[in-house]
Amino acid sequence: MTGPGDIGLWTIPVAVLGGAVRVSTPFLFVSLGECITERSGRINLGLEGTLVMGAMAGYGISYLTGSPWLGVLAAGITGVGMGALHAGICGLPRVNDIAVGIALMLFGVGLAFFLGKPLIEPTAPRLPSIDLGWWTDIPQLHAALRINVLFLIGVALAPVLVWALRTTRWGLIIRTAGESADAALSMGYSVNLIRLRATMFGGFLAGIGGSFLSLYYPGSWNEGLSSGQGITAVALVIFARWNPMLCLGASILFGGAAALGPALQSVGYSHGYHLFNAAPYILTLLIMIATCSPKRTLIGAPAELSITR
Amino acid sequence: MNFDNISRRHLLLGTAALGLGATLPLGSARAATTTIGFIYVGSRDDYGYNQAHAAGAAALKKMAGIKVVEEEKVPETDAVEKTMESMINLDGATLLFPTSFGYYNPHMLKMAVKFPKLRFEHCGGLWSEKDPKNAGSYFGYIDESQYVAGVIAGHMSKSGKLGFVAAKPIPQVLRNINAWTLGAKLANPNITTQVIFTGDWSMPVKEAEATNSLIDQGVDVITCHVDGPKTVVENAARRGAMVTGYHVNQAVLAPKAYLTGAEWNWEVLYPRFAKMFTSGETIPNFYRGGLKEEIVKVSPYGAMVPEAARKQADDVKAKLTAGNYVIFKGPIADNKGKVVIAANVSRGQTDPELEKMDYLVEGVVGATS
Amino acid sequence: MKADVGKPLAAFGVGELLRLPPFGQKFGGAAEYVVIPALALFGSMVLFGIFVALFGKSPLDLYFYMYQGAFGTWFSCQNTLTRAAPLILTALCTALPAQLGMVIIGGEGALLIGALAATGAALVLPWAPPLAVDVAMAIAGMAGGGLWIMLSGALRHYRGVNETISSLLLVYIALAILNFLVEGPMRDPTSLNKPSTREIGAANMIGSIPGTDVHWGFVFGIIAAVLSYILIYHTVFGFAARVAGGNIRAAKVVGLSVGKLILIICFLAGAAAGLAGMFEVAAVQGRANANLAAGYGFAGILVAFLARQNPLAVIPVAILLGGINASGGLLQRRLDLPDASVLVLQGMIFVMVLASDTLYGRWSIFKGKAS
Repeated sequence: MTGPGDIGLWTIPVAVLGGAVRVSTPFLFVSLGECITERSGRINLGLEGTLVMGAMAGYGISYLTGSPWLGVLAAGITGVGMGALHAGICGLPRVNDIAVGIALMLFGVGLAFFLGKPLIEPTAPRLPSIDLGWWTDIPQLHAALRINVLFLIGVALAPVLVWALRTTRWGLIIRTAGESADAALSMGYSVNLIRLRATMFGGFLAGIGGSFLSLYYPGSWNEGLSSGQGITAVALVIFARWNPMLCLGASILFGGAAALGPALQSVGYSHGYHLFNAAPYILTLLIMIATCSPKRTLIGAPAELSITR
Repeated sequence: MNFDNISRRHLLLGTAALGLGATLPLGSARAATTTIGFIYVGSRDDYGYNQAHAAGAAALKKMAGIKVVEEEKVPETDAVEKTMESMINLDGATLLFPTSFGYYNPHMLKMAVKFPKLRFEHCGGLWSEKDPKNAGSYFGYIDESQYVAGVIAGHMSKSGKLGFVAAKPIPQVLRNINAWTLGAKLANPNITTQVIFTGDWSMPVKEAEATNSLIDQGVDVITCHVDGPKTVVENAARRGAMVTGYHVNQAVLAPKAYLTGAEWNWEVLYPRFAKMFTSGETIPNFYRGGLKEEIVKVSPYGAMVPEAARKQADDVKAKLTAGNYVIFKGPIADNKGKVVIAANVSRGQTDPELEKMDYLVEGVVGATS
Repeated sequence: MKADVGKPLAAFGVGELLRLPPFGQKFGGAAEYVVIPALALFGSMVLFGIFVALFGKSPLDLYFYMYQGAFGTWFSCQNTLTRAAPLILTALCTALPAQLGMVIIGGEGALLIGALAATGAALVLPWAPPLAVDVAMAIAGMAGGGLWIMLSGALRHYRGVNETISSLLLVYIALAILNFLVEGPMRDPTSLNKPSTREIGAANMIGSIPGTDVHWGFVFGIIAAVLSYILIYHTVFGFAARVAGGNIRAAKVVGLSVGKLILIICFLAGAAAGLAGMFEVAAVQGRANANLAAGYGFAGILVAFLARQNPLAVIPVAILLGGINASGGLLQRRLDLPDASVLVLQGMIFVMVLASDTLYGRWSIFKGKAS
């Protein structure tokens, strides 16, 4: 069944590459944001809710204003709001941040579905893509290399965050708050304020990640948009050892795994496609099993993080 | 609707002193009105399956003497039994339309036994003699519309490769895939259809991935059978491929890429049922039909469809509407080489063998398991 | 900077009126655990009323319909109890490991695996009498679900993998296994358009509590909750679990076998959710198919947290949440509110209850005489 442009089994790696870029972007943003939040000593499981709220807000503002970039901004601001809510509640004494995260996940998703009802039908302007594949004649490769700007921003952000955490004053303050609240206090900083800002930043990135889903790929708003991507991104942070560069790698790996199922089917291999759909989750679990150990579990984990206690 | 609110408020104030908790047969206050209940498994505005039913319900709302109550996002568990009962008890519904396939057995059947005087009509179920008499199932042979759409798709495809994004390999879906392909073959006997199964009825990310995968393979016309075709239509159009739609008309989402589509025509069928019901006529328990009975329809052709394609499609459509054309006429072989419909066999639309379809015809690339 | 509400009230002499009588003061501490969540619940209802008013609906109508839909009629009550039944069991799946300080959110996965195991048991025993089949289904369901969550616990104990995340990943994997089996090896050839397993047989179905429409799963849920409560608060095992939950290092120092505790508690937690899965098959669906994944596991997480992880408190909270879900349909039809409004309300309740955590121990009203 060969014809012009048919590259046979090469379709699979090309599709995985394309998928790795397309599907990984929301994971990338959420995990980078959560990375900063967790480095400051707080875990925000509510990012699933933030992601979905961001997707809805981005789509809505893009539709109302006609500009997808305003939509992205609106998504980010919504994320900041959700992050502030999370930090605000967790800042109260005796409140369990894991539980608050789950609560905000529920609340965020519910609110997004509620407010987003009128947005299911209309079509909003979408984010443009950059054509990085102009040099190739092969249509599949060309399509895989049509990349969205957000992906490039995310890729650039990872090393910037590594550098920022390591060398800037803010990075040091965040890490101190994450390692030892007492040390931060003795330096004269309010731990709650630091974590508030870190969570707001994490929320900002998560919101933008959500806007990617509704404004680029798959590119429309409906209630099945996220299938646990927010929560899985939090898992990514843990097995990326709180290192932004590893978050980048893990997100790309995950995105590629998610594209594997449809890619295999498109070349005719469709047996057991349900299990392929679960491939990303199985992969995450296996990697976590391989990289954790009861003694060194959470080496590199910020000591203040509640899951380490 | 305001009347409802006012009367309820008076009630609230009046009974507050006595204690709330009385139930009111609200339907009986307007005995001349028939209340019809609709239950959707997803959202009403999904540009797909549920929206098609909601459009039918909207047609009912315009009729005099008919009141419609709707509930959406009801899962296929005992929750739908409670919803039906609630509509019966609190809204006085006498005719119910649970529209999702999984509502039928055991949920709707249980309710039909419990309320023998009321009528339950199910979309897609397979009513048989051992089911209650006050239950019925109806469905449309939308594969006829897919067949016509396939003719157009076959004409328009330059690469000779079509693509189909499907949810699950169940007979109703396979029938659509096969009909579309057979129609396309009328235009181009060497055409192939690549199928990708996403695994479930509503998975936007998987549907987008599938669409992109297909186009990477050189496919240039795509259709789908999922609950919400919006994702497939928009993503295909963005990559420059053409689409034929499903469930409802999605032309507004992709005006330059939408060739035609296979649509439900519930806006005609539901008022028909309602009239039968209110006039006391019994609705047949097993109701099926296609283009001829106006239960399904074909979207208007897009501007880009040339005259030759229109002519052939119209020709086939006319024959189907007249009722003297058989889509599944032997010899038909499946894509593994086995003959599934023998040379002298003609399976008309109502043939029960078609409801058990488990193969993909020759020319379809993919497997059912 | 603790806000002491008691002082300003006392200044007005209100304190004298508000102070609990001597009998009440003895239970002042315990009263906190009822009053504060109740306040949070009340607060979230008010907040939801305001939210709904922003969209032009009347909060009074809202409260009326919620009441009518949840408890207003005998039908509504049954609707509520039916929805509460699976929630009690799946809540235990989160509440039990919480005693150990573990946050497990994999109830949905355990429910699905339990349902599959129970269906399998029924299908291999078609010749057995119904009671035996039902017992076998229950055992299989509990074993399946139990092993699934025990896996999460084992990963935590032996490999240090965070149990919250592993249990959630196992949910998605369980979903894939369900779809794969139901559409493949376990598929009933006649279930064409809705892939399902074969039916377990009408004789084997579990009926309703006599006189009601509510299936027996509700009663077994209550039994499981009560047994869990006794286990945690009135046995040595439960005490050991709570010690380990409070401080793992101390527990190890004292010689408690933490690994054993983790594995057993996780198994029991999964068994509860697996039992819920079994009832979904045996009392509601009659077979296993994709409809089993209806979100009961996730709702159970909410119930457990709202009940402060106390197995007994799970029962009224499950009924409350069942009532909220039951009224959702009426809200849709009468007030034209989208289905998601129930989710918003649940989220608000959850957030308010968690935020109210901070109020414990702050109010001198509850502190008794010596405040």
